[in-house]
Amino acid sequence: MKITVPMDSAAKAVGADEVVEALLAVAKDKGIEIDITRTGTRGMIWLEPLVEVEIDGVRHGFGPATPADAAAILDGSSDKALGPVEALDWMKRQTRLTFARVGIIDPLSLDDYQAHGGLAGLKRALSLTGQEITDEVKASGLRGRGGAGFPTGIKWQTVHDADAPQKYIVCNADEGDSGTFADRMIMEGDPFTLIEGMAIAGLGVGATKGYVYLRSEYPDAINVMRKAVDIARKAGVLGADVLGAGRAFDMEIRMGAGAYVCGEETSLLNSLEGKRGVVRAKPPLPALEGFLGRPTVVNNVISLATVPVIFEKGAQHYADFGLGRSRGTVTLQIAGNVARGGLFETAFGIGLDEVVNDLGGGTLSGRPVKAVQIGGPLGSYLPVSKFDAKLGYEELDSQGGLLGHAGLVVFDDTTDMLGMARFAMEFCAVESCGKCTPCRIGAVRGVETIDRIAQGDMEALPLLADLCETMKDGSLCALGGFTPLPVMSAVTHFPDAFSQTKEAAE
Amino acid sequence: MPTPEATIDSAQIGRIISSHTDLEGPLLPILHALQDAFGFVPSQAHAPIAEALNITRAELHGVISFYHDFQTAPQGRHVLKICRAEACQSVGGKALAEKTLAKLGLDWHGTTPNGAVTIEPVYCLGLCACAPAVMIGDKVIGRVDDTRMDSIISEAGA
Repeated sequence: MKITVPMDSAAKAVGADEVVEALLAVAKDKGIEIDITRTGTRGMIWLEPLVEVEIDGVRHGFGPATPADAAAILDGSSDKALGPVEALDWMKRQTRLTFARVGIIDPLSLDDYQAHGGLAGLKRALSLTGQEITDEVKASGLRGRGGAGFPTGIKWQTVHDADAPQKYIVCNADEGDSGTFADRMIMEGDPFTLIEGMAIAGLGVGATKGYVYLRSEYPDAINVMRKAVDIARKAGVLGADVLGAGRAFDMEIRMGAGAYVCGEETSLLNSLEGKRGVVRAKPPLPALEGFLGRPTVVNNVISLATVPVIFEKGAQHYADFGLGRSRGTVTLQIAGNVARGGLFETAFGIGLDEVVNDLGGGTLSGRPVKAVQIGGPLGSYLPVSKFDAKLGYEELDSQGGLLGHAGLVVFDDTTDMLGMARFAMEFCAVESCGKCTPCRIGAVRGVETIDRIAQGDMEALPLLADLCETMKDGSLCALGGFTPLPVMSAVTHFPDAFSQTKEAAE
Repeated sequence: MPTPEATIDSAQIGRIISSHTDLEGPLLPILHALQDAFGFVPSQAHAPIAEALNITRAELHGVISFYHDFQTAPQGRHVLKICRAEACQSVGGKALAEKTLAKLGLDWHGTTPNGAVTIEPVYCLGLCACAPAVMIGDKVIGRVDDTRMDSIISEAGA
């Protein structure tokens, strides 16, 4: 019996390892021969641990499985049976380009990877010039999936055109935003696609060395990525002679140290260099003066992990998906107080209502939805009245929202919006790198000001708005610059939470 | 497992530093390796690091103090990180954390008197669809409620 169980940390967090132990114990007990492969997660986190059993060549799902379900899963009588996994509504409705293999393959099997289209993109890229590679990425319309949405091909062009003895590819895997786990999922579930994407980037711009800056809060992802790099190097995918084509590219995994701000590209570069993660002034752009002062491509995990499929299937195939200037697919991460949370990859342009109420099934608590925070802790809280918004960079921006890394955190009607605004300021204060006064000190004053409002001091409300203006205009990076978004969206859309209805605390 | 400060082996410090000096930007990997080995970054390592990397001790201190991960003294035998970020808050993470701290009589960063558990805040573990989430050592746990939390802290010996 061929069985797969995810080794993704979200699956492990809800007991996947214990389910595997139970399956092995029952199988041994009953003399059933089973062969368990650990995979990434399909992304249906509410069904994790999701056990898949191959029946007549088709993978059937059972979930959410507990150790007590093991015997019934093995004899086919389990009431957790979901039928063929690919036929589930959540899977069928997706367009999985970047996440095509995640949940299907053994993440650390290079054979499995190649059997599912892996390395086809790199092989094609090896036959192209750097300029042709860069042109292909431009033609795909790919924009930075880290949140800013800058055209990836234009960034590569700048690095390609720069003249330097050494250039670098740096992968930003510091996914520090609450509500996001797409980077983690792909690193744990299909690490070779990131390696392949970085190698293609290296060929494109003439860089022979790459780094993945991975946050320390992701020990499982670090472990998988390090093993995958070793495997790729031994197999000749990385090294002095990539796939025997006489071109060099190698890479290392570096661990962050618990600083949210190191997801900002210049602060990340300082951290890689062994300095405090303080934001650098731009210009100079990292594309011209990046790691160790040399031309550096800094791309998010999903941006780089999408590069192989662009080369495998062609730029036009990718560009045909999407809405307006948001081409290709968006990897939505549906999280928080939601009945069905997980990863859903689809073309840009899907509506917010469909994502939260149809795919997500509303709240986990069963209470009405109050707000959704999109784009991480620096994104706006959108109320239900904004749910006709379409998920594209410009489309969401026009509604006062920020798509960011496409994480959505759902909140029900018990949520204290003043408390959420206070937390936004507190988070900014904890994570500020300290360079800009409005962020370093303003955020601390913001917490105090919101506390005054909570105590019924209405004179503090214009002060808060004024402070937010100053943070927006006077911060060098998005941490100080965008903290006003969650704060002021809470004030604007949920004024009752900030009005003088509370008793003074003392 | 944390090491008492008195038993820090300076030869081991030297080996850790020299095994990283070929890297580009070796300081963070060195600090992580020291913390892995000793449970914190021992002050005995400051002079040799500064010497090996040709940086001042003030620069080194600045880096150690900037990053939340680096500790300058031993922590409890188990470090329990409780997520404080938005997705975990949306499903009761704040109440869970407050209750746990109250139960142990600790504030954030505090260690139980028997040295078993240190409680640290963490801002997102990437488990936002199975929140509230915690991490003990390198093990992640999702959908934590009060009962689950009780068994986690009692297993850790708090």
